[in-house]
Order: sequence, then C-alpha cells, then structure tokens
Amino acid sequence: MSKSEVAIDYTDVRERIRSHSGSVASRKIRERIIEGGMFLCAVFSVAVTVGIVWVLVYESWNFFRNVSLIDFLTDTQWTVLFENPRYGILPLVTGTLVTSMIALVVALPLGTIIAIYLSEYANSTVREILKPILELLSAVPTVVFGYFALLFVTPMLQNILPELPGFNMLSAGIVIGIMIVPYVSSLSEDAMKAVPVTIREGSYAMGATRVQTALRVLMPAAFSGIASAYVLGFSRAVGETMVVALAAGTQPNLTLNPMEGAATITAYIVQVSLGDLPHGSIAYQSIFAAGLTLMVMTLVFNIGGYFLRKRFREVY
Amino acid sequence: MEQPSASAIRKSVAGNKTRDKVFAIVGLISTFIGMLTLAALLFDLSVDGLSRMKPHFFTSFPSRFAGQAGILSSWVGTILVMIVTALAAVPIGIGAGVYLEEYAPKNWVTALIEINIANLAGVPSIVYGLMALGLFVYQFKFGQSILSAGLTLALLILPIIIVATRESLRAVPGSMREAAYALGATKWQTTSDHVLPYSMGGILTGVIIGLSRAIGETAPLITIGALTFIAFLPDAPVKAEFPFISFDWLWSPYSVMPIQMFNWVSRPQAEFHLNAAATGLVLMVMTLAMNAVAIYFRYRFRKRIKW
Repeated sequence: MSKSEVAIDYTDVRERIRSHSGSVASRKIRERIIEGGMFLCAVFSVAVTVGIVWVLVYESWNFFRNVSLIDFLTDTQWTVLFENPRYGILPLVTGTLVTSMIALVVALPLGTIIAIYLSEYANSTVREILKPILELLSAVPTVVFGYFALLFVTPMLQNILPELPGFNMLSAGIVIGIMIVPYVSSLSEDAMKAVPVTIREGSYAMGATRVQTALRVLMPAAFSGIASAYVLGFSRAVGETMVVALAAGTQPNLTLNPMEGAATITAYIVQVSLGDLPHGSIAYQSIFAAGLTLMVMTLVFNIGGYFLRKRFREVY
Repeated sequence: MEQPSASAIRKSVAGNKTRDKVFAIVGLISTFIGMLTLAALLFDLSVDGLSRMKPHFFTSFPSRFAGQAGILSSWVGTILVMIVTALAAVPIGIGAGVYLEEYAPKNWVTALIEINIANLAGVPSIVYGLMALGLFVYQFKFGQSILSAGLTLALLILPIIIVATRESLRAVPGSMREAAYALGATKWQTTSDHVLPYSMGGILTGVIIGLSRAIGETAPLITIGALTFIAFLPDAPVKAEFPFISFDWLWSPYSVMPIQMFNWVSRPQAEFHLNAAATGLVLMVMTLAMNAVAIYFRYRFRKRIKW
C-alpha cells in the first residue's frame, strides 16, 4: 500500500459523518426523541403500579359500599356465593396464613442450610453445578406443583397419616415450601457472600469451625440480607395460587389445623373466576376486595421486614 | 479462673470438628432434597403422562372422553399468547432498562421508578390478573381475548426483563463508552452500536427466563377468563387473499396449556389426570429447555468476554 492511499481526505470524512449521522441539529433531535421514548418505557412501569392500585381500590370501594368493613374484618363466615351471603374474610386469611406458615417452616431451614452449604462448604465446581439445578425448582410452572401436591404428596402423606383428607393445607404448604427454597437460598447466599473476608478470617483465626463461623458470625453479620430473603419467601408463599387451589381445596374454613382443607384468598379468587359471574355483581367485586387484602398483607409484612432490617443492619 | 485440662480442650475441639462434618452432610442432604423433588416431579409426570404422549394428543381438541382429548387448541393458544407477550414486553423492558442504566439522571423520578420496579417484582401474579380483568377486559374492552392475555403476561415479566437488561449493561466497562465518545459518537450511537451488542447475552437470558415464566403462568389467566374447553382454533394470521395478514386472532377466545392442565387435574376422574400429567410433561420440557438455554447463554457469554 502506498503512502498517498493512506492519507485522509478530510472533506470526505466530514461528508461521511454527515451522511451517517445527519446534521448536528437533526442528530440532537433524534437523540432527544430516543431518550424520551426510553423514558416513557421506564415510566410505564410506574403506570402498571398505578393501574394495579387503582383497579383494586376502585372495585373494593364499590364492594365496601354494600358490605360494611367491620363485618368484613370480624365475621367468621365467607359465603359470598351462597343464598344468604356473609362477608367475613377471616377464614380466607387463616387459610392463607396456615399454608404460608407451613411453607416457611419447610423453606427457611432448608434454604438457610443450603445457603450456608453453598457459600461456606461447597467448592466452586460443585456450586456452579448445584445452583442452577436448584434454581430450576423455581422455574417449574406452579400448576405442575399443584398436580404434584394433589396427586403425589397427599397420597404419600396419607400413608403416614391415614385420616388426612384429599384436600389439605399440609401438602399444599410443604410443596409451596420446596418451591420457594431457591428464592430463600439464593438471596441468603448472596448476603453471606457479601460479608467481608476479614470477618470470616477473624473467626477462623479464633479457632472456630466453618459451622460456628456461619451460625455465629456470618448469619448475624448478613442478617439484613437474610431477612430480605425470608420476606421475599413469605410474599411468594402468600401469593401462591395454583398449588393451594388444587391441593388445599376451595372451601372457606376457619381453622388453624393444617390437616384440614381450607380455601386461601388466592384460591377463592380462582374459584370465582372459573364461574361466569356478571361484571359489577358483589361476588365480582369481592375478588378485588380479597386481592386488596392480599396486597395489604404482603405490604405489612414487607414494611415489618424493612424496619427489622434497618434495626439490625451492619455496615462495613 | 480454672484452666481447662488439655484433654477437655482436645475433647471440645474434636466435638466441634464432628459438628462441622455433620453440618456438611446435612447441607448436602438439604441440597439434594430440592433436586430429589425435581426428579420425583419429572418421574411422576412421566409415569402417568407418557402413555398419552401420542401424535393425536397434539392434534386433537379437548373432549369429554379422556382418551380422545388433546391439547391442540391450548398449545396453539400458548404460542399466540407468547407472541403478544414477547412483542410487548421485550421492547418496553429493554427500553426501560437502557434508560435507567445509561440515561437516567440521579433524581427522585429515577428513584421512584427503581423502587417501583423492585416492588412490582414482588406483587403476586394473581393481582396482575385482577388488574387486567378490571383494566384490559372491561375498561379497554379487549374482552377475554389473546390480546388481553398476552398483555397481562407482558406486564408480569416486565420487571424480570428490566432487571436482566440493567445487570448486563452494568457489566460493560465504562472504558467502552468513553472510547466511543472519544470518536465522536453520540449517546445513542454509543449505546446501540457498542454497549447493547456487548450486553446482548445477558439481555437474551433475561428474555428467555421471563418467557419461560410466562408460559407456565396460570392464575392471572384464570382471572381474565381463559377458557378450559375450546374446540376451535383462532383465525389464521396469514390469509390466501388480500391483504394476506389478519389480526383477528388477537380478539379470539383461547386456552393455554397450564389452564388445560389445571382443568384436567381438578376433575375427579383418574383418566383425565393422565392427560394432565402429559400436558405437565410438555410444559416441564418446554420451561426446563428454555432455562437450560438461558443458563448456557449466561455461561458462554461470561466465559467469552474478557475485558
């Protein structure tokens, strides 16, 4: 290649930039339009939240014009679809709480132990293999877990507890628990990983074993992150629908006994939606009131978790 | 203070070491419980469902007779709903992610959007269904259609795509952007020609994981009125006569595979449970395959790009 061919013709370069990007003014306008479009995409997510809150509050408002809030919160019967309807949300709330508590009893110990194992014991090869497989658990469609709870776990439990009915909160809760293990374990592991190595080394230097370090040093140090993991697990359990709709039944039942079947808030919404209810009827509005209750429950728990985290936050 | 004897110390150390080993075993067992469940799930579905896995299962409509029933209308429905979901969620999700990571100034608007997205990810899926029932089905008059379903699932997976986009944009070093600016590129040229191509792997992973979540989602579609018995297919999107393309299918009633499965599980007859198992198997294979592809992408892009 000769030297003259390499020399740059600047008028040509300017021409090419112009043809590629347009004039400075038009380029600026285009940049603005693109930025504005992407800003709208981001704002759209806020619109979704506004939509959710608006629909829930608006339809619940219509519901509470017909049903008093005091009845809603204190009545012990939920018989919206019956002849003489009664509107006490308590049976649905207890159903939701019992299944969620069983789920947490399964998921919190399992998830925490797995997190400690993966972050403190397993070497990187084992971790790279185990973690994705474990996360597949949260990718399984929930209706498949519902099938599993109703037609595999319940019959299995009936071998041990012969008096267990076909629909029961126990098997639904256990299956939800296993389903949310990956949420709990992965966030807890991240939190423990984030504790500075020096703190870990300090503990080892004092002669502590790995399990002592994990339980007495890392867990308190990572408490804030682990608490977030637990709160997320609870939110998932409370909002879980298909497993409870299939395995725990759709009969509202004010009980704390996990051996019985009981409808949860979500199962009730599913039950009503499956029927053909006229738009604007009280039963139609009642699913929004139920949905609002669900949102308030998760919100209260999330706020509680937030203050807990703030109280115990460790800063390095 | 009395000094503990050497043998007491030795005993306590040995005890600690044993507890350490015991915990390692407990940890391994706990991890395997999760995997065992997954294996039991697949095994259970296969035992019940494989007998139904014949060609006619995929080419028949649902039926009163379990042996003749198939999932034709629901797999077609799933694909059409996914097309709408992807077309709505992918551009908006990536747009929002790019804005928040590359453009957004540090002010209260940005903070609000960020908090909002974090909260949206925790909203139960059935609540999205209620919102869509009030808004899409009745307010916007989309009815109980494929369009309503696709948009509902799009909103549901939006946070997943936004978070994945942001994470993979963040992984592109600032020096890449600075190099492009130094050569006179504008912000958008830098983003679209350099930053986005580098982060495509991570974004794609997020999109696949989001769609795999949408495929299995049941609850929100029940609330917006997916049907459990559909014995026809939506209007074909491609026509022989002018103008060749039709969008009537968007307004069609539909069923999807998880809904079909739910319906079959909730029936008392055991023969329908076999159909449910077969449908579940198809769903599992699809979601697991999508997740495997996503894991592979994540692994490959992480390995290949060395900054």
